[in-house]
Amino acid sequence: MKILSIGLNTFRENLRDKLLYNLLIFALLMISSSVILSRLTLGEFHRLILDLGLGSINFFGVLIAIFVGIGLVSKEIEKKTIYTIVSKPVARYQFLLGKYVGLTITLFVNTVVMALGLLVVLYAQDVPVEGMLFKALTLIFVEFMVITAVALLFSTFTSATLSAIFTLALYVIGHLTADLKTFGAKMDDLSRGILDGIYYLLPNLERFNLKGHVVHHLEVSGADLMLIVAYGATYTAVLLFTASLIFHRRDFR
Amino acid sequence: MAPNSGLVVQTEQLSKIFRVGFWGKRVTAVDGVSLEVRPGEVFGFLGPNGAGKTTTLKILMGLIYPTSGRARLFGRDLGDPQTKARLGFLPESPYFYDYLTSREFLAFYGHLFGLGGSVLGKRIDELLELVGMTHAKDLQLRKFSKGMLQRVGVAQALINDPELVVLDEPMSGLDPIGRKEVRDLILRLKESGKTVLFSSHILHDAEVLCDRVAMILKGRLVACGRVTDLLEQGASHPVELVVDRLSPEGLDHLRPLTDKVVMQGDRMLVVLKSQQQVGGALEIIRAAKASLVSLTPQKGSLEDLFIREVEEHRSPTEKRA
Repeated sequence: MKILSIGLNTFRENLRDKLLYNLLIFALLMISSSVILSRLTLGEFHRLILDLGLGSINFFGVLIAIFVGIGLVSKEIEKKTIYTIVSKPVARYQFLLGKYVGLTITLFVNTVVMALGLLVVLYAQDVPVEGMLFKALTLIFVEFMVITAVALLFSTFTSATLSAIFTLALYVIGHLTADLKTFGAKMDDLSRGILDGIYYLLPNLERFNLKGHVVHHLEVSGADLMLIVAYGATYTAVLLFTASLIFHRRDFR
Repeated sequence: MAPNSGLVVQTEQLSKIFRVGFWGKRVTAVDGVSLEVRPGEVFGFLGPNGAGKTTTLKILMGLIYPTSGRARLFGRDLGDPQTKARLGFLPESPYFYDYLTSREFLAFYGHLFGLGGSVLGKRIDELLELVGMTHAKDLQLRKFSKGMLQRVGVAQALINDPELVVLDEPMSGLDPIGRKEVRDLILRLKESGKTVLFSSHILHDAEVLCDRVAMILKGRLVACGRVTDLLEQGASHPVELVVDRLSPEGLDHLRPLTDKVVMQGDRMLVVLKSQQQVGGALEIIRAAKASLVSLTPQKGSLEDLFIREVEEHRSPTEKRA
């Protein structure tokens, strides 16, 4: 109940934030610009629209997750609004989860809006819509949830700016972890062990990327999809648990 | 420390050491503070800026963990969710969710206490009425002046009808009218049986409002007690006499009783060290056949006491400077 109250308040806060609309407008512009770009290609325009559309949704969603996400907690501490919340009968983890729920709702609404934008473009250009597209969108949303949790974790112990840099860095690394494993395979046992450790520790965000599947009409089974969603959910839960632990011990001064 | 459920606030040897900077330099913000706040009283927590008032209040509100010592609210250890339901807190120069209107803002805080529906709606109307903000109920907080923010801040602290109201520097940054309104509000809270704990560096306010006060300097408690007792204790209350035509012999007799004599032609101003000297001084004046123009007892103030404490607690190096 308290988590939901804080979540809905956060959602309302986001809705009245201009940053959100700017990002959303840019995303929709990017998605529709794929129509113009596709004119420049020969025959491949279905692919280009899908690739650019899904890429835009992913990119702008991650920007929202990071730039709204880092502000969730650090802004509350900097503006001291948290003083009045923590002195009420609200446990600190409830506050943290409430903030997370709020941004998740925001991201969900945004993803739906961007996806509708893409569907309109696809419909207008007579591109056939396959089920794979919705699987890809689902995983994009799961990725947002992981990124938001990362941003939230960083913002429980560092400033908004550093959280943004760390989260952005982790997002980039998260898409390249497969290289770590490949790289490790060529090293000696110790180095391979370390690199493997880092590989398993960092989120493997490439798992959530089904753009290639959509564009090239490859299938992903329901079971595989569930497994990837479960991976994202577990990773998110661990991040939120760690964030709660750090947040619980923290002094607000 | 024996838990005393009769007390609203009880701290024993409460200390907080912060680690600041890259090397984690230790800074003592609060140093062995023990105090008690009793039900129904207005308790003032006084000290200059940076003395540790806010840190102490934040420890009580569960925002900061003490390094050592203990504190209890309503006889229970800090952090007990049940105690939080019984208190209201207004932080110093509060910032709130400025995209919310007054009503939405208060409704949000009400939900955190599990309030809802028509009960909450009625409570919000009452509170907006109490703090005189009914006219701005649908205005977003970002359009508010500092005084208006302070008022909705007070309303926010009272949303759960708390038994203990904690206000951190409630008068700071307000104009004289705003300050009077806060004073009146504190008195009204006291009348309705609530306990009020507030911090301030404006001593006049405390003198008017408080039953008891505690003074804190550099994290240490330097005085604590009833305002009247503190004003009596230690402080000698000088008495000013204005005398006409006192003979030089008479003045010589008077000198041992005085701190200061100021001559102005025939008239002189004599400052007696304390009220005990008044009888003797009057005898001398009568014997010298001089005439007494006026006799004015000087009332001690918390400010005098405060300045004296600050002087006493200065380190030798600061004194030399």
